[in-house]
Amino acid sequence: MFYREAGDFKTSYQDDSQTFPIKFDRIRYYVVLALAFLVVPFVINDYWANAILLPFLIYSIAAIGLNILVGYCGQVSLGTGGFMAVGAYACYKLMTAFPEVSMFIHVLLAGGITSLVCIAFGLPSLRIKGFYLAVATLAAQFFLVWLFNRVPWFYNYSASGQISAPERDVFGILITGPNAPAWATYMFSLIFLAFCALVARNLTRGTIGRSWMAIRDMDIAAEIIGVNPLKAKLSAFGVSGFFIGVSGALFFSVYLGAVEVGEAFGINKSFLVLFMVIIGGLGSIFGSFAGAAFLVLLPVVLKVVGVDVLGWPTDIVAHIQLVIVGALIVIFLIAEPHGIAQLWRVAKEKLRLWPFPH
Amino acid sequence: MKMKLTTLALGAMMAAGPAMADLVFPSLSYRTGPYAAGGIPFADGYADYFTLVNERDGGINGVKAKVIECETGYNTEKGVECYEATKGEGALVYQPLSTGITYQLIPKVTADGIPLHTMGYGRTSAANGEVFSNVFNYPANYWDGASGIINYLLEENGGDLNGKKISLLFHNSAYGKEPIRTLEELSKKHGFTLSTLPVDHPGQEQKSQWLQIRRDRPDFVIMWGWGVMNQVAIQEAANIRYPMENFIGVWWSGAEHDVMAAGDKANGYKAVTFHGVGRDFPVFDDIQTHVVDKGLAAGAGDQIGNVLYNRGMYAAMLAVEAAKTAQEIHGTNDITPAMMRDGMEALEMPEARMSALGMPYFGPSFNVSCENHGGPGLVGMTQWDASSKTWNLISDFAPSDRDVIQPLIEEDSMAYAKENNIEVGCK
Repeated sequence: MFYREAGDFKTSYQDDSQTFPIKFDRIRYYVVLALAFLVVPFVINDYWANAILLPFLIYSIAAIGLNILVGYCGQVSLGTGGFMAVGAYACYKLMTAFPEVSMFIHVLLAGGITSLVCIAFGLPSLRIKGFYLAVATLAAQFFLVWLFNRVPWFYNYSASGQISAPERDVFGILITGPNAPAWATYMFSLIFLAFCALVARNLTRGTIGRSWMAIRDMDIAAEIIGVNPLKAKLSAFGVSGFFIGVSGALFFSVYLGAVEVGEAFGINKSFLVLFMVIIGGLGSIFGSFAGAAFLVLLPVVLKVVGVDVLGWPTDIVAHIQLVIVGALIVIFLIAEPHGIAQLWRVAKEKLRLWPFPH
Repeated sequence: MKMKLTTLALGAMMAAGPAMADLVFPSLSYRTGPYAAGGIPFADGYADYFTLVNERDGGINGVKAKVIECETGYNTEKGVECYEATKGEGALVYQPLSTGITYQLIPKVTADGIPLHTMGYGRTSAANGEVFSNVFNYPANYWDGASGIINYLLEENGGDLNGKKISLLFHNSAYGKEPIRTLEELSKKHGFTLSTLPVDHPGQEQKSQWLQIRRDRPDFVIMWGWGVMNQVAIQEAANIRYPMENFIGVWWSGAEHDVMAAGDKANGYKAVTFHGVGRDFPVFDDIQTHVVDKGLAAGAGDQIGNVLYNRGMYAAMLAVEAAKTAQEIHGTNDITPAMMRDGMEALEMPEARMSALGMPYFGPSFNVSCENHGGPGLVGMTQWDASSKTWNLISDFAPSDRDVIQPLIEEDSMAYAKENNIEVGCK
């Protein structure tokens, strides 16, 4: 009933292959974009920015990055935390070395550097796949965290080994540091997310995306029909690394402001982003958003309900949270391996046919 | 009848007038995760003392204290979420009990004008109040701890550590790395060799470090550990038969749960401290009557008198005293975070005041000033007695080597001020 296709005729291939072929979807997409860009910045406060929206935006970028690698190209990666750390440290070094350069450039460069590192660690993927590749990227995770802890050059020889973001601006508006206004940090991250999502969506629809999916579905068959596995796999690692690097840079500079590598970018971060991709939906841009929103909001919602409304002790709520997230991952893997994105897709199909299902 | 009317009118006026708001003390606690063993007793002690003040004294000068607990799990992201969630409720002071979260909050509290009290942890150079206007780390900081350990060893060895070998076993994080600079300076001054052995989070894996210790045979081992790392280290030390008297932890590595696991073998292990141990203080009788007997004890109520419970209670006591100081300075009982900051900066803790609170000689007497947010840094040594299962204070609170520490504080805080364009000086 909501998703009526009647009257929504396509007369060209271009119309038919656009991202949102159904008019209702398209309008909804523009409404969401308008809300995010034109309404939210005016009503945002510190709590919404720092506790909910910033983590959601930044984890969405990371989930899109990982989804390209795992969901679209089928290269299992457990190195997300380490690659985010590369983005964060690259951004830190750039910020301190070139204070007068705009934050936009720093974040993009940090993404580029991470992309190169990610390609280097993706090289083994030409020979190994599946679990073996997962272990190779796991090695990247541990190596990178060890490296950033071990070599003082990366943290500018500070006594504690922490990196903390100095105040930097874009066009005179503070983006990092404690005095940055909530709306500015939000807008800055939102611009990157919109940009990343747009690029990712269009890449995955085109030739490169099809070659990724061919490799994912069956690499030997893909090679026979003329997909170059070297190019496909390394481009997936490169693009994924860029997004993850951007998210790491934002995570450090805009969201937290100070980072300790083992604590912020440990193996838990790799798992968290992987869970976002699994719960959200492998091979879906919308799924990356849904997964990030789910895992960022769920703990906050559980805390508000458990502690503030029901008045339970904080430790009980924290434990219940672990149980619920764990159970949800198992349930999703069994009941809906394609995640929230697939649930949404099925719901849409049903609504389009309502009230006359097949 | 007239009486009644007046009372009624008065009552109505009281009800209609602005109700005196509670004084809010958020507790960013962690009762879950790999560091919960230390987080639980501290949070219990912190909460119980405020309950005691409310029950026994009817609040802080008549205004009730309200503790909002928020679970961080020692995780910095959750710490930030907790800070943002509670700061709007009039939070007077934050005590996150985590060096990682402290680093997150230092710039945020300074921008928001809320004080941060990191007692014996956090950023050591925050002791320089001219740079870190809203951060306090009295009565002692990490570098006092490191220097206190070396001073104790000097005393034990007739004032000479020349040629001795000392190993530092540390948690490989900002927290664990803090003492290295000071120990390096001290090794130059006193002529001992220092070797550093990092242990990665959370600290269960220490086999290679202890192999190294067995091979090097250092004269003393200093430990900068927290959480599960301490228990493993003490067990490993017992396994290689390292003499426990020569094994000294910082105050975060010296509580009951750290040594209990190793049983009798942990006998003689030492740790520095900046406050009293045990429950031989009159304040515990008050806690028994006003908190425990009324069924108001926080958590399971089984931590009372433990080292970290005492530390949480001490932290709460200092917060209450600072709040009273702030009320005096500003002449109002309903204080704001900015007034609380002034109260903390003007805090004086002479022995008489602590005795009056039922905590005689519980901690060193000290004053805070604008230039010095770190206090005098007096530290004492405690030792574990496995047979009676108690920690005992085996030395007086003695000053640390400020000749070495002060220049380091100056250097580090000035670097921070330069990086962040902070105007140095007292307002």
